[in-house]
This record gives sequence, structure tokens and C-alpha cells, in this order.
Amino acid sequence: MKDWRYWLAEQRGTLLAFGIFIVMFVIYTSNHPAGFTANVVQTAANKGVLLAFVAMAQTLVVITAGIDLSVGMIFLLTNCLASWLVVGTPMQTTLGVIAVLAVGLLCGAINGAIVIYGRLQPIVATIATGAVYYGIGLLLRPFPGGSVNEDLADALTGRVFGVVPASLVVLLAIVLVIWVPFSRSVLGRAAYAAGSSETAAYMSGVPIRRGKFAAYTLAGLLAAIGGLFLTFFTYTGEAAYASGNSYTLFSIAAVVLGGVSLFGGKGSAIGAIFGALAFRTIGDLLFVFDFDPLWQPLFQGVILLVAVSLGAFALFRVRNRLEWFL
Amino acid sequence: MSETTLGGIAGRMPRFIRRADPAVLTAFACIVLLLFFGSLYSRSFLSPEYLLQQLKVASFLGVIATGMMLVILLGQIDLSVPWAVAAGAMMACAAAAYGPVGVALAIPFGIICGMLIGVVNGIGVAYLRIPSMIITLATNAVAQGLMVVYTGGFSPQDSATGAMRYLATGFAIPGVPNAVIIWALIGAAMVFVLTRTGFGRTVYGIGNRERAAYLSGIDTRRVVMIAFAVSGGLSAFGGVLLAGYASKAAQSMGDAYLLPSIAAVVLGGTSILGGRGSYLGTVAGVILITLLQSILSVMQMPEAGRQIIYGVVIVAMLLLYGRAPASR
Repeated sequence: MKDWRYWLAEQRGTLLAFGIFIVMFVIYTSNHPAGFTANVVQTAANKGVLLAFVAMAQTLVVITAGIDLSVGMIFLLTNCLASWLVVGTPMQTTLGVIAVLAVGLLCGAINGAIVIYGRLQPIVATIATGAVYYGIGLLLRPFPGGSVNEDLADALTGRVFGVVPASLVVLLAIVLVIWVPFSRSVLGRAAYAAGSSETAAYMSGVPIRRGKFAAYTLAGLLAAIGGLFLTFFTYTGEAAYASGNSYTLFSIAAVVLGGVSLFGGKGSAIGAIFGALAFRTIGDLLFVFDFDPLWQPLFQGVILLVAVSLGAFALFRVRNRLEWFL
Repeated sequence: MSETTLGGIAGRMPRFIRRADPAVLTAFACIVLLLFFGSLYSRSFLSPEYLLQQLKVASFLGVIATGMMLVILLGQIDLSVPWAVAAGAMMACAAAAYGPVGVALAIPFGIICGMLIGVVNGIGVAYLRIPSMIITLATNAVAQGLMVVYTGGFSPQDSATGAMRYLATGFAIPGVPNAVIIWALIGAAMVFVLTRTGFGRTVYGIGNRERAAYLSGIDTRRVVMIAFAVSGGLSAFGGVLLAGYASKAAQSMGDAYLLPSIAAVVLGGTSILGGRGSYLGTVAGVILITLLQSILSVMQMPEAGRQIIYGVVIVAMLLLYGRAPASR
């Protein structure tokens, strides 16, 4: 009878992120000199999709009450690798794509193994593995360069039927192929349960280790898809430390905007995708309003600060002060 | 039989070794090991000049890691270090441009700017109950934005004052760099606060269980806020010293200090979950990381190799002694 209420309560974060994104995007396009055209949407989609993939990766790990500070570096590493491998004949290109995705999976699996079977804290462990991944990326591309199969790149960053951005179609496909099956599988539920209360999940016989391991591994894969797309957009590979770092930080911001709880067990990758798109749109708002680009970092920072402070409104609902301390 | 022999050996060991934290001992053992391998590579690794130079370089990280440790002991984390360092350095240099009064107040002004960042972090974490990882990230972004707007995106032209240079590179006691003395003073103060004052006890208490500390009548929110303010101030002070060392501030001077400061604290046996750890361990961690970086750069290892070894060493050392107990 009240099913829709439960559904609404569960999806509140996702819907809020969707709302923020729609509002921001309407402001963005209505002030854009070119208006709401296929070109504007395509450019915005291509920029947003990169962060959306990395944010999805972060979501999987955050759901298990962990955090992956190496997603940005896996993103860079796979970008550097793709600029070597995703070239040549269609056959070679396919093999290259598979190899890049496999490396992403491997990076995620290493993170998972260290955190789960090595029993290290995810923050420190992924900081360290992130340094390793960045080092390997730098080894592959000491200087920016390389190339990519341009036919494939243009097809995946262009438009389908002249209207819909292809990158959005790929994003949707990835959601349907990876996120939806995962979140409905035993492993996905185990990941949620482990984030919600690891002890209770353990006592109930939920396979928490396998669930968390799957989450970390798939996070590596999603970051690799992001890295692949970065190569398609830029046609080059570059190991830029600052860029990897900022993708990691922005992914956390996007996850928070998308209503995923950093304490684990709550939220969905769909929310994080809208969080990522909203975050990107907010960052681009300055350009349409013709501000000095110097103000962009400050503007983004203030928006981030305000967005995370909004979470503090939950304090008003606290009846018992002990609930302050989770 | 073997157990009694072991007990006999342990019984004959000096008391301070038996009581020491195995993590701290491992960290110091690794330092000795690093020096040993370094001396195989080049004799100069054991020369007093080299060691003193390393200690001087380590003291910048040491000052920053001191603040980070205080926050980590609470079970929180401070990701605003990079731009707190840069803001401290830039604001101190900027103040120096305003005549003799500015020059005199340059250092306190830089530190106060860092403390302001820390206070915003503290309000967010303690009173608004925002996870520290997010709010410190956000204040870091805001501090970066403010500095970019202030400097116009370039490194500021103002240079460090004489006092800043003296603190970072001078020799008040012949043979001992001032930076090392400052680190020693700050470290001693930290040890005193952590072990001999109520504030220090409270920090450990909150790190173990904030709820229990609150129920014992402690104003835990004020303690958390003070800790973040101190951390911001120490980061900025580290930035002031760095600016004195390089004689000017730079845009991304703090970036290289976030991960090493966390790594140094954690390698020194402080639990990232809070409530457990000693300052001696942090000292060991700071020296360990500085030596590792120095040896890798002396061996002319390219940046890529350095990052890889750096990460592998941290994971390997933590797997040795930083593991959480198995869930049973």
C-alpha cells in the first residue's frame, strides 16, 4: 500500500541529485550563447561522462563503507595504457580495449585484496596503491603523447542519429551491464550489508568478503572505462598528477552530491552519476556567465562547501544528542 | 622449554624496549636498514653533514605531521593540508610587503590564516557533524580558490622575510639547523600535551569512543575543533618554514606534503581509526619517509620508479604491523 513511500525514501538522495542536475543544466543551457542545441549537449555530456564513470567507481567502494583514493590514478594509468594499445586494425583495437579493461580490473582487485585480505585501512592502502599506479602510468608515458584509433574514438564521442550523445548511450549501457546486475546480485547486497553493519552482516552469514572484493574490483573496471574515454576525447595519454588527484577528489564530491552516504550502506551509482553531471555543470556555469576563469576554483570550492554543509540539516532531526556520534 | 628461554631473554632486555610499541620499533629498525643500504651505495650516507641535512628536510614534514597526528588520533583526517601550507606561506610573504609592521607580523599572520582554515574544518566536523574527509576537502578547495584569486594564478612575487629565512635556514646553536630545533620544540610541546594534560587524555578518549567521552562530561566538540585549528596552524607554520627555506611561496608547494604526512603518522604506528599512537612513532615515520625519498633521489631513480617504490614500501610496512584484527 505504501510501497511508493519506501521507494521514495530509498531514492531520496538520487532524486535530489537528479533535481539539482536538472536545475543547474537548465540555468546553464538557457544562458549559453548557443542555447539548447545538440552541440552544447554533446560537449557537456562528454565532459560529464568522464567524471560520471569515476564517480560510479567511487560509489561501489563507498557503499561498502570504504573509500578508494586511487580511482583517479587508475583512471590516469588506463589512459596512458590506452594511448599505447587502442590503435591499429579493428582486431588490434578490440584486443587493446580488452587489455586496458583487464588492467583496470587488476588494479581494483589489488586494492580489494590489500584492504580485505591484508586488513589495511582503505584510506591509507589506496593512497599507497594510487602512488604505485601513478608511477606505472608515468613509466608508460613520461611525456604526453600517443594515439588512439580515431574511428572508434569519434564514434564513441560523437552523436547517435545526430541528436543523442554517444557517450551518454555508453554510460547507460554500462549502468545496465554492470551496476544493475551487481546491485541486485547476492554480492551487491553483501556489499551494501557490509557497509551498513559489517558485524551484523558477518553474523548473518552474508559473504561480506566476496561482496567487498567484487565492489573494489568493479570499481577498478569502471575507472578503466573512464580512462578509456579520456583517451577517446583527448587522443593522447598523459600522466598528470594534478589531474588524477582532482578526479579522485571530484569523485568524492560527486558521490556526496549524489546522496551516497560516506558511512556506507546507502545510495546508488545512479545518484552518483547525476551528482557528477551536476558538479561538472556547476563548474561550467562560470563560463556562460562570462566570469574571469581565475574565480573558477573558488566558485567550485564554495559550491562544494555549501553542498556538503547541506547534509548538516539532518542534525535538526536528531532527538537524542548521542546520535551526534554515530 | 623454548618459552622460558624466550621469557628469559625478554626479561633481560631493558625495560624501555619491552614496553615499546612494536610498530615504533619496526619503524626505527627500517630506518637503520635504509641507512645501511644507503651506506652500501655511497659512504657519505653516514656522514654527520648528510644526516643533519636530512633531519633539516625532515623537520618541515615533521611540523606538518604533528598537526596531522593530532587529528588522526581523534579518528578524523585533515585533507586540507596542501592549501593550508600554501596559504600560510603566501599570506606570510604577502604580509611582508606591508612595511616594517608587516614584516614583524608576517609569521603570526601566516599561522593565523592556517588556523582559520582549521577552525572552519573544526566547525564542520564538530558542530555540523560533516565527515572530516569531505569538509576538509571542501575547505582545501576554497583555500585554493582564494589563493588563486589573490595571486592571479601565478606564484606571488613577494619574498620571505629575514625572520622566516632565519627560522628555516639559520643556526642559532652552531651545527644544529634552526628548523630541527623548532621541530624538537613543537614535538616536545606535543608530547607534553598528549601525555601530561587533560586535553591530551581527552584526545585519546575521543579517538577511542566519542560517545563515551561525551557521556563522561567532556565537551568533545570543543576539543575536536581545537585539534583541527592546531592542525591548520601547524600546516601553515610548516608552509612559513618552507617559504623561508625557498625564500618565496609557490602555487603547489603544499601538494607534496599531504600524503607523506598521513603516511608518516600511520607508519609510526598511529591507528588511522584514532585513539592509539605515540609521538615517537610519528618522529620515526617522518624520518623514515624523508630518508626513503632522499635515498631514491640520490640513486637518481626517475620519478616513476620513486612513486612505485614509495607505494610498495608503505603497503609492505603496513602489512607487517598495521593490520586490523581479524573479524571473529
